[in-house]
Amino acid sequence: MNYFPDEVLEHVFDFVASHRDRNAVSLVCRLWHRVERLSRQRVFVGNCYALSPEILIARFPGLKSLTLKGKPHFADFNLVPHDWGGYVQPWIEALSNSRIGLEELRLKRMVVSDESLELLSRSFANFKSLVLVSCEGFTTVGLAAIAANCRFLRELDLQENEIDDHSGHWLSCFPDSCTSLISLNFALPLETLQNILMRAPQLVDLGTGSYIHDPDSETYNKLKHTILKCKSIRNLSGFLEVAPRCLPAIYPICLNLTSLNLSYAAGIHGSELVKLIRRCAKLQRLWILDCIGDKGLEVVASTCKELQELRVFPSDVLGVGHAAVTENGLVAISAGCPKLHSLLYFCQQMTNAALIVVAKNCPNFIRFRLCILEPTKPDPVTMQPLDDGFGAIVQSCKHLRRLSLSGLLTDRVFLYIGMYAEQLEMLSVAFAGDSDKGMLYVLNGCKKLRKLEIRDCPYGDKALLTDVGKYETMRSLWMSSCEVTLGGCKTLAKEMPRLNVEIINEHDQMEIGSEEQRVEKMYLYRTLVGPRKDAPEFVWTL
Amino acid sequence: MESKVAYDNDLNLKATELRLGLPGTDDREEQTLFSARNNKRPLPDTSKECGSKKKSDAQHVDNETAPPTKAQIVGWPPIRSYRKNNLQPKKSDQAEVAGIYVKVSMDGAPYLRKIDLGIYQGYPELLKALESMFKFTIGEYSEREGYKGSEYAPTYEDKDGDWMLVGDVPWDMFMSSCKRLRIMKGSEARGLGCGV
Repeated sequence: MNYFPDEVLEHVFDFVASHRDRNAVSLVCRLWHRVERLSRQRVFVGNCYALSPEILIARFPGLKSLTLKGKPHFADFNLVPHDWGGYVQPWIEALSNSRIGLEELRLKRMVVSDESLELLSRSFANFKSLVLVSCEGFTTVGLAAIAANCRFLRELDLQENEIDDHSGHWLSCFPDSCTSLISLNFALPLETLQNILMRAPQLVDLGTGSYIHDPDSETYNKLKHTILKCKSIRNLSGFLEVAPRCLPAIYPICLNLTSLNLSYAAGIHGSELVKLIRRCAKLQRLWILDCIGDKGLEVVASTCKELQELRVFPSDVLGVGHAAVTENGLVAISAGCPKLHSLLYFCQQMTNAALIVVAKNCPNFIRFRLCILEPTKPDPVTMQPLDDGFGAIVQSCKHLRRLSLSGLLTDRVFLYIGMYAEQLEMLSVAFAGDSDKGMLYVLNGCKKLRKLEIRDCPYGDKALLTDVGKYETMRSLWMSSCEVTLGGCKTLAKEMPRLNVEIINEHDQMEIGSEEQRVEKMYLYRTLVGPRKDAPEFVWTL
Repeated sequence: MESKVAYDNDLNLKATELRLGLPGTDDREEQTLFSARNNKRPLPDTSKECGSKKKSDAQHVDNETAPPTKAQIVGWPPIRSYRKNNLQPKKSDQAEVAGIYVKVSMDGAPYLRKIDLGIYQGYPELLKALESMFKFTIGEYSEREGYKGSEYAPTYEDKDGDWMLVGDVPWDMFMSSCKRLRIMKGSEARGLGCGV
């Protein structure tokens, strides 16, 4: 392999796109490591506390696109206290002080301040793309800086962030002609929607906000005509409030849509949803509320033959529930959409029989996340746990990388997972299992496991400590409301110095420090840089 | 730890108690708070009885008859608060529009009234309520001529500040755009119609 000059190697590596493959390439030999790191442009950091900005900058001087993730996944569900961490400021500061020509920044579950956004907007002349998912800490002031200063901005994608100020004024900070803009994904109010579309008719991704208007008004008519000019829109989302009578304005673009997100549109009734979806034959990705019902899902199944990703969210979070979607909707989808590979499905109930059919119909699942709204609910027909149903899924779907379980489950489902889920990288478990064996089946069997998150399960120190080396092969482990004790966590921390074992101690329960005391929330992750210095008081790194 | 053991002992006694009714239907509150946790963590001395019983029937029945369980578990169902906040106010049509109070003035009346638009299902109900409140009759509505057969016309001020005749737009749209109501009388009322 020393026969090729570096430039040739680099050229070959250009064809190696995925960061996982590039990581593998860099491990072959020192030469490859050097060539790879100098030519790497896109870097993915799954845990911002696994390394430092300085390490990143030193290794990849050619960095153009950075993806950073901060808080653990369960932070999305309020299981992690507010000031836990995940600040992007040190990263932006370090990058801005370096010679890195950053063009793209993608952040997930991080704390982003207006100061950070302003610094970002001023530091990188060629900055093109900002994606913030489930972040917090900024307001429209920061966004205004991005709109105003990033002259080559192509993509601004804001999904499910907690933004403090919702005034639309910052949108006027965009220049008059945004010919570079192809993606604007956030809640655009209707009046500005019209304005933006006029300035950027080449938009491919579009998000809307409140979509209520008098269909006879001038604004609405203008919008109808402008939309007709936006032939390139492929991804549509938003619709936080909708007047169904205004939906016809978007009918002309439905045929070309490949991605549609109606999961915030609680105001659209099932029948209107169905009318809309019947026009979207090319849909590859659909996010929707369960008020579409099983019947509505049958329409999706017969219309959207290209469907790859489906997410069905609950519309009635607290109530007893008028049955929204059940196993029947899922079975219909599995029968009608052969290309389906990613699923997130909130439902009232699920049966083993249905899961077995789904497994047979869709052996290509990569992500399978099922959430039965009632915890520990068994198969309503047989009153049995759902072990066999999920077992069928893992056995049939040989490429399964992500799995979320729910319903009544015993240790047996974990036996199946350990046996069959060879490609599994991420597993989410809640209210399941009978004993430590469950967790051990998974840790022993799933060789590619990277993230394991567990809540309210009977796993204790024995499960935690049987194979401590395993955790260095994983990104992180989360355990809350389980049986692990302070003593067990301390033992683990002592044996594995390259892990940060964090205890989140919200109620001062650890003051006495008894070893037998149960730990309410534990989050451990591998890291190159030891305990973090920005941990708040309630987080102990053991 | 101690209080938890006491709780479990309490529930254990109740589980063996003879009584009428399905297991798990009494003491809903107590059980719902702990049902999820008990399910996965039976204590050694009560495990077989308490744990399995809870899991198979009591738990199931509990979940059937005690919906509040869901609301009391932190972080369940697993959806982002961004989504939850977005949905709560729109849980149902009724919930969404409850409490839309608008002032109602009647030409010649000494003081105004206030009504909640959300409690009406549509125009007929609203108009009937207005008639009863102010003791007058509204005429027949027609698209062409407005309200015929009476000297009153119900009007409303919309979001743009214009005075519109009640009844022209769909009920939903009316509810979201109506800022206040005014019952016009006499020549002014006739001015809105298309020549009475």
